[in-house]
Amino acid sequence: MTATHTTAHVKNAGGVAGQAGPGNAAAPRRPAPRGRALRTTGFHLTAGLLSALWLLPIVLVLVTSTRTFDDIAAHGVGSRPHSFTFDGFRQAWVDGGQQRALINSMLVTVPTVLLSLGLASMAAFALSRYALPFRRVLLLLMLGGNLLPPQILLIPVSKLSELLGIHDQLYALIGVQVGFGVGFYVFVLHGFMRAIPGEIQQAAVIDGANPWQIYWRVILPLARPALAALSALSFTWIFNDLLWAITVLRTDTRMPITASLIGLQGQYVSMWNVIAAGSVIAAAPTVAVFLRFQRHFVAGLNLGAVK
Amino acid sequence: MVLIGSARRSRATRVPPVVLAFVLVPLLAEVFWVFWPALQGFYLSLTSWDGLAAPKFVGLGNFSEMLHDAVFRTAAINTVLWLLLFGGLSAALGLGAALLLQQERRGIGFYRAALFLPVVFSLVATALVWQAMYQPDGLINNVLESVGLGGWKHAWLADQDTAFYAVIVPALWRQVGYVMVLYLAGLKGIDPALYEAAKVDGATRLQQFRHITLPQLRSVNAVVLSVIVIDSLRSFDVVWALTRGGPYHSSELLSTYMYSTAFQSLRLGYGSALAVVIFVLAFGVIVSYLVRAFREAD
Repeated sequence: MTATHTTAHVKNAGGVAGQAGPGNAAAPRRPAPRGRALRTTGFHLTAGLLSALWLLPIVLVLVTSTRTFDDIAAHGVGSRPHSFTFDGFRQAWVDGGQQRALINSMLVTVPTVLLSLGLASMAAFALSRYALPFRRVLLLLMLGGNLLPPQILLIPVSKLSELLGIHDQLYALIGVQVGFGVGFYVFVLHGFMRAIPGEIQQAAVIDGANPWQIYWRVILPLARPALAALSALSFTWIFNDLLWAITVLRTDTRMPITASLIGLQGQYVSMWNVIAAGSVIAAAPTVAVFLRFQRHFVAGLNLGAVK
Repeated sequence: MVLIGSARRSRATRVPPVVLAFVLVPLLAEVFWVFWPALQGFYLSLTSWDGLAAPKFVGLGNFSEMLHDAVFRTAAINTVLWLLLFGGLSAALGLGAALLLQQERRGIGFYRAALFLPVVFSLVATALVWQAMYQPDGLINNVLESVGLGGWKHAWLADQDTAFYAVIVPALWRQVGYVMVLYLAGLKGIDPALYEAAKVDGATRLQQFRHITLPQLRSVNAVVLSVIVIDSLRSFDVVWALTRGGPYHSSELLSTYMYSTAFQSLRLGYGSALAVVIFVLAFGVIVSYLVRAFREAD
């Protein structure tokens, strides 16, 4: 409706400018579809080119990961492929220790996501649904902790985990990831839970529900979209982390996939097929999460930022 | 709203203990792993410490040492440059991509996904992908050769003059999609009636952009700015994986210098002081972010 109105108006304006006679009224109408077709082509050309440019490195790494080392040595890493093999994957997976590293990553990521979202949803529930004293100060304090540059924490966290005897243990990594991330999740979930109407909770109270039941049976199910979005987002963040891992962990066999990838880079210098295969293995889980939960993932980024 | 009103009347008695625990347990986790270490970090910045013997209090000695530390100067300048280049370009390119891809039309989902896909990669994987492209016999040099710019061929990561910029490109490649998503959401929130009115008034596309789009995006701009500053100061993975700050510290950032000072040179006091500098640089953004959050939490 509005679009029609505008075209009509623009046509009018054109007519006035061109001092159009009655016969000219039809003239601007004919080029319009051609102009639109041209614009559409132009759009697809620009967007297509941009996408191709963006996807090129990904295609390249996929191609490189399936070449043989001899091929790369003979023709260079930037040449077109002359061979096809999954040997690079085998070397990265078995000899390069990426299988273990991937398991380590999952052992850290899954509990961290569950634990930090569980704890954060509890805190967000309490802060958004009850008139706790200093609720706003607490909320912002928790968010502030997440905004701190991690560098200020690295040395003390490393020493703290040594002191506790959990240095070089995956628990320490889970602990610090939960502690560091929880503030942000509380903030996002608080914003979401605040919008749930009070009547729903009151009805549950009248039915005799205790706070735990309200949290678990009423608010948490209603917060599912936000939880899904944050799960997808936090999964990639924690899975992709390098800094906390190399700060808290020492032993190679305990390192997650990102750190292991750096190890691979040192161990297989210029064996680009192995390094590329390693990168593919390290990226596969987060790409899978992205493709499966694309909507939630994008929603998560916006939840955190625009709210 | 009704609930909050009624709860406010008897705030002291109504909050059940389990609800208090709901807040206190996560808060304690954060105090234990973040706030307490942060305080220690600030204290350690005033000490000289090798990690074995007890830390020795040296006051502001670490900070005065920075004044004469050439590597610190390089790292600080690079960090600011990173902020401007990485930040400015990712904001500009992200906005440009969002403007290009804002309309719902056929194929738009694919284009958006293509630009967005790198966001889910770890910076380490991103770095290694680009490292292959930067090799002397890699794709970039091959392309330069084939278009007749063979003279521009370079060992991009090994050259002091190019290493820093060669590290920014992968970081940008990954960040643009993220910024684009933020702007896409912002553009979606603009009332189409504004554009209609502007068209009625005869505004050109450029005028519409200047007088409607940009002002309407103000809150998104603030968010993007905070994200960019915080991400820039945290940037570590991509540099560490590509150059470790080298060659000759030419791609050193404060974050990488802090890490190598602390965990490789084992100068934990000086490393803490570098971390404090990073904190000071981030402080303004942290506070403005919190102020905005404070207003919204009301």
